[in-house]
Order: sequence, then structure tokens, then C-alpha cells
Amino acid sequence: MRLRLVKQNTKFDFFKRWKLWLGISGLMMVVAFTSFMLQGLNFGIDFRGGTTIRTESPMPVDIGVYRDAIAQLELGDVSITEVFDPTFGPEQNVAMIRIQAQDGEEAVSVNVITQVEAVLKTVRPNITFVSVESVGPKVSGELIQTAIIAVVLAIGAVLVYIWLRFEWQFAAGAVLALVHDVILTIGIFSELQIRFDLAIIAALLTIVGYSLNDTVVVFDRVRENLRKYKKRPLDEVLNISINETLSRTFMTSVTTLLALISLFVLGGDVIRGFVFAMIWGVIVGTYSSIFVASAALLYLGVKRDWSKPDANAGNQYANIDA
Amino acid sequence: MLQIALWKRITILLTCVIGLWLAMPNIFYTTVERHNDAIQAIELGAATPENLAQRAEWPEWMPSGLVNLGLDLRGGAHLLAEVKVSDVYASRMEAYWPEIRDALRPERATIGTIRLQPSPSDEVHVRISQPEGMPRALEIVRGLAQPIQTLTGIGTNDIEVRAEGDLLIVTLSEAEKLASDERTVLQSLEIIRRRIDEVGTREPTIQRQGSDRILIQVPGIGSAAELKEIIGTTAQLTFNPVVSRGSDANAAPGIGNELVPSLDEAGVFYTIESAPVVTGEELVDAQPAFDQNGRPAVNFRFNTSGARKFGDYTAENIGSPFAIVLDDEVVSAPTIQSHIPGGSGIITGQFTVEESTNLAVLLRAGALPAGLEFLEERTIGPELGQDSIDAGKIATVVAFVAVLVFMLLSYGLFGVFANVALIVNIGLIFGLLSVIGGTLTLPGIAGIVLTVGMAVDANVLIFERIREELKTSKGPARAIELGYEKALSAILDANITTFITAVILFAMGSGPVRGFAITLGLGIMTSVFTAIFVTRLLIIIWFERKRPKKIEV
Repeated sequence: MRLRLVKQNTKFDFFKRWKLWLGISGLMMVVAFTSFMLQGLNFGIDFRGGTTIRTESPMPVDIGVYRDAIAQLELGDVSITEVFDPTFGPEQNVAMIRIQAQDGEEAVSVNVITQVEAVLKTVRPNITFVSVESVGPKVSGELIQTAIIAVVLAIGAVLVYIWLRFEWQFAAGAVLALVHDVILTIGIFSELQIRFDLAIIAALLTIVGYSLNDTVVVFDRVRENLRKYKKRPLDEVLNISINETLSRTFMTSVTTLLALISLFVLGGDVIRGFVFAMIWGVIVGTYSSIFVASAALLYLGVKRDWSKPDANAGNQYANIDA
Repeated sequence: MLQIALWKRITILLTCVIGLWLAMPNIFYTTVERHNDAIQAIELGAATPENLAQRAEWPEWMPSGLVNLGLDLRGGAHLLAEVKVSDVYASRMEAYWPEIRDALRPERATIGTIRLQPSPSDEVHVRISQPEGMPRALEIVRGLAQPIQTLTGIGTNDIEVRAEGDLLIVTLSEAEKLASDERTVLQSLEIIRRRIDEVGTREPTIQRQGSDRILIQVPGIGSAAELKEIIGTTAQLTFNPVVSRGSDANAAPGIGNELVPSLDEAGVFYTIESAPVVTGEELVDAQPAFDQNGRPAVNFRFNTSGARKFGDYTAENIGSPFAIVLDDEVVSAPTIQSHIPGGSGIITGQFTVEESTNLAVLLRAGALPAGLEFLEERTIGPELGQDSIDAGKIATVVAFVAVLVFMLLSYGLFGVFANVALIVNIGLIFGLLSVIGGTLTLPGIAGIVLTVGMAVDANVLIFERIREELKTSKGPARAIELGYEKALSAILDANITTFITAVILFAMGSGPVRGFAITLGLGIMTSVFTAIFVTRLLIIIWFERKRPKKIEV
């Protein structure tokens, strides 16, 4: 007896309300974007400069005491959060202290770090500083720029690739799905105020890759079925294709999620934000390849006759199509 | 029908075996690491019995390449420094002044008296009392210019000389500035490397980034502050003539001179000539020592040209003081007692033994040509790294087992094939990482876990396809063949697009992100290989033996 996540020969009608789904997706993007505009992202020091110190002490973390100790140094905005993790032992009380970049200082100041360490030692004599990271405002500005370029480049490269392999409508649908995933991911990071650092950019790009993976598999089948069912309307062909690949879509999503969830629970707090982004991305990416990419394809329409190689000889893309 | 040529079978098997063979040292990580360290130590001449025994712990004929652990896993310090390349311009121009003075002096009849004027730090301004003589002065000073060799600037000189009224202005040319920046960064890189090597830590990464930045990663060091102490000190040693000694911090030093504080005596300031007699660049050796009173000191020796300059200067200036200046502070200002011909001397000051040892190291490695500005620093404690490794290990094992069980439940025997391929896949990733000397970071582990999840995708695509083909009631052999054939385009398209993003991540990212991109990219390659070739080979071998009439996927 085999485990089947999806029954054989499903016949779900994914496109009965495809305009509604596109509308919902659009609305979610607006909500995510509004949240981003209103709240902004909780940028880590990678992107806004400053210092983070991770402390560990056998005594419980008392944020008030830490804050009072550091306040006397007048370092401006200081945020202290306690970190909880199931992998910590009973003697491990971990806190993250974040200090803003000091005015007028490009370089990272040793002074600030040693001062903070000294005052914390007075309130918690056996505190240790397991990691200290400082990024100057100059580098953080560049990191933001590079990150944005990386995401845009990735999306652009993919657009070109799919265009070459399929048709421009497919490329447009896939990219729309990618933009949807990226915006929704940024939206949830701004809504939940999870720290957004360099690793999250890596996660974003992986989401781009994963979501695309999914979309391409569906599109591949659509292309095949367009050749097979030449007379059926486009929405039927899309429906057949999605139903045929549904079992695979779920299998892959579930195996990937299994791996990611184990990393989320057991992988420690250092990469939890990163893994969270990926889990979210897998879910959103799976959704978007059906309800955004394929729905967009339906909206844009697509060339139907794939049998003749010169079918698009007369249209404006004749020279570009590979 | 369902066939693979023999040579293909052998190639596939060989690839797997070699990959796994290369990955093997990583299972015995600490042993192999000790073995490699011992070999290195023995090469350097430390053939102690202990080292020899450690070398013998791992057989010579086995591969010994290991996956490097990134700083976030091993602990250590990371620094990104910017070389302040323009620092060098000032000292270049300072050094030009005596040369200009000496060249113009014989022509005093035509150009009159010459006087150094205050100027921006990267220019030299000289006033001459007879402006009519300016063309001659320009000619002489232009004659001092050296041609520089660059790809673009053939025929350009290192300095540009122009006149403004009775003012002669000497500046560095743009081409020379570019060339100088390049030299400064390369020199800084080399000196940082030497300093870190002197301290003797394992596998430091010292890389140039962009035009004027240097990335330094040293595993195992206590903190970034410690690392900064080693590399951040410029250790710019110069020997300058002393003009006067005083206690006024705001005294006007006069043109061509500068005011520097004393290192030991608070409130004492020396006025010294800016152009040094000799600089630390001409040192060939420096050793910690003790002076005649038994206090820690540093012995030094100049090269031949340095020794001659120093000898000539001391012979001409017996009885006057000169200053030993280290990083803009006067370490000591002894009076020249006699001609010092040998080119060696001693620096005394109120040093501790440790300080004198450090100073000797810094002097020996050479001074940094320019200051460093630290843009980024990260310290990761070894405990945190170990915690991350432990957590990563557990998570990977759990993820692995979960996926294996899930595949087995879903696809039965075919699931077993996919699982074998998955295990081979992980082995291949580690094998490749070891060969290319890749670095495993925490996001890199995440990349592997993600690959575990995604690697089965290709197999899932194929198996689902075989299921579909079976429904149309072709024979099992035909169904398997069609399954592979039809799934191929989807597998390739899907993986190529993901691979594109991995490449972009690698190109744009830095540090941990790059580690992630490497494992993701390698993972895509190995998973496509194992899915298309390895599972297929397994299925065909099984099929040839059993010849089933009916298969269930």
C-alpha cells in the first residue's frame, strides 16, 4: 500500500474562479507592500550598520538590568532581546544586543565594543560574548545595493531563459509569480518584524529558484498538452496540466518542507529566520505557480499551434524566439 | 529498449565511487585534520615523534582533502578593511621635497632663493624669489619626473609640475595615483599576510576585494580586536632629524617640519623634520633584545642603502639629537654620540617584554604603507560554531531520515532506488567540496538540507511520469523508458533555472551567502546526475534481473 498525498486522476477545476484568485493574489501583494511601506523591514546590521553582541550567561537574562548598564554609555538606539531555543541547555541564557552605528564613525569602533563588554561584565560577572559583529554604514549601504541588484538580476536572467525556452507569455507569467513570492516574503518579514539580513537575501533568491522550479514543471506540461489537445480551450488544457502534475507538486513540496522543518526546529536559532523565509517561500511558491503563473498565462493567452515550427513567423517576436 | 551501454555503466559507477572516495576523509575529520597539520609541520622542519605519529594516523594513499569549515562553524574573526590609499600621496610628496631642493640649489643664480610653502598634503608648493627663472626651475623639476609603465599611460610621468606666479607646484599625476593605489593595496595585502603568518594560525583567508579593500578571515583567533592589533598597527618607523623639543602641543612647527608627541613622556613634544633620514622600509631585521640596563628593547639592522644613509647622517650630525618615530609618536630621541657606520642600532623605550617582541615582529614584517579603516568586523566564538555544527548535524540527519522514509512509503522499491541515489548525492557534494577546497558555512548546511529535499524532485518527476505511462497500459519497460524521456525536459529546465540563481548568488554574494550558493549549485549538479544516471542504472540492473511483467511505482 503506497502513501498517496494526492488521489490519482484528480479533476479539480483550478480556473473556475481564476479572476478571483488573481484578485486575491493581487490584494495580498498590496497588503504586503503596504505593510512594508508603513512598518519597514527590521533590518539587521548587515543593511543598516551597527553592532550586535550575542551574550551567554549561566544567570537568567534580565533585559532591564542590561539596558540600564548600557544606557550609561549613551550609545543611542540599543535593542536587547532574549533568545530562546529548544537546543539550549539550562545554563545557556542567551541575549542579542544591537547597537546602532555611532554618528560620524565610518570604521567600526573597538571602543564601543569593549565598553559594552565591560559594563555587562559588572552586572553579570561570568557573561561571555559568543559572537560580536559590527558593520560600518559604508559597507551596509553597499550590501543593500548588491542585494537588490542580485534579486533583480536573478529575476531578469530567469525571464530571459524561460522566454528562450517557451514563449513570452510563459516568461511573463513566471516572473509575475516570482515578483508575487518576493513581495509576499518581504511583506511577512515586515509584518512580523523578523530580522532581515544578508542570509534572508540568499533565502529570497532560493525562493525565486524554487518557485520557478515549480512553475517550469507545470509549464513544461502545459506546453506538452497544448500540442496534444489542440482543440480544447486554454483553461481546460491548463487544468489538465495542473491536475496531472499535482501529485508531483505535492510530493516535492512535502519532501522539501520535511527537510526545512527539521532544520527550523533543530537547526538552532542562528539560521531560524533564514529557514523560516524558505518555508514560507516553498508554500507561497507552490501556490503561485498554480494561481498566479498559470492564471496569468490564461489571462495573457498563448499561441496554440505548436506543431508548425514557423507558426509565429509573422508576429513581432519572430526574430527573438529561439 | 531499456538499455545502457557498458561503458556508460562503468563511467557512472566510477564517478560515484571516486566521489564517495574523495568524500571519505570528512567522516574522520579530526584525524585527517591532525594528519594534514602534521605533514605541514614536518615540511617546515618540525619532525617531532608526535608529528610523525599523527601523520601515520591516516594512510598516505587515502585522499586527505577536507571540506573547510567556515568561520561561523569553526569560530574566529573576520575583518573587512579599507586601505586609505591616499595616505601614501602625502609621504610621496614629502620625500620629493629634499630632492627638489637639492636639484634647484645649484641654479640659485637664475631662480633665486627657494622656500617650501604650506600646501595640501598631496602637493608640494615651492616659492622662488626670482619669478623670471621659473621656466628653468620647471625644466629642472620636470627632469626629476620618472616615467611610469602602465597599460594605458605609456609615456606619462609620475609627477606633474606647473607654475602659478612665483609658485612652483608639484603634484602626482592621475596615472601615478592609480599605479600608487595599486601598489599600496598589494603591499598592504602582502604585509598583512606576513604579519598573520608570523602569528601562525591555521588557514587564514586574506583576499583583496574590489579596488582598495582587504578581507581577512582567521579561524580560531579569540576576537576581531585581537586580529586588529596584529594587522591594524601601521608600524611606520622613521628616523627624523630633531629641530627642537618642547611642551607646547600647539607650537607652530614651521614649514617642512611637524610636531609629534613623545610616546613615554607625557606633555613632551618634538618638532622634527617631516622628511625622514631613513625609514623602516630599509630595515632588514628586527629582534627583541635588552639594552645595557636590562630593559626590553629592539635591535634592528638596515640594508646597505639604509646603512649608508644612516651612517652619513650620523657622521655629519654628531652631537645633535635625532628621533625614532613610530606611528607619529617619538619612541626615543637620543643624541648622536658618534658616527654609526654598521647600519644597526637599538630602540629603547619603556617597553614591556611583550611589547618589544610585538614591535620586532611588526618591524620585521614591514610597515603598512597606509592606514587601514575597518568597515566590518565579526567575531564568532568557537562554542557558538560548535553549537551550530551540532544543531546542523542533527537537523541534517533528521531531514535525511524523514525524506528517506517518505520516499520509501510513497514509491516502494523505486523509493529505495531514489534513496540510494540521495545518499550517493550527499557523498558527491562532500567529495566535490573537498576537491575544490570549498568552505562549508551554516547557510551552506541549509543549502545541503534544501538539496536533500529538492534532489528527490527529479526522481519524483520521473516516477510520477512512469506512473502515468503505466496507466496507458504500455509494457513496464516502455513505461520506464518513456518516463525518463518525457520527464527530462522538465528536470533540465527546472534545474537550470535554479542553477542560474545559484550562480548569481555566488557572483554577488559574500561570505556565508557564497557558501550557500556553492552547496546549492553543487547540489543541483549532483542531484541531476544521480537522478538521471544513477537511479536509471539501478532500475535497469534490477529490471534485467527480475524481468517483471508488472511493476508498481
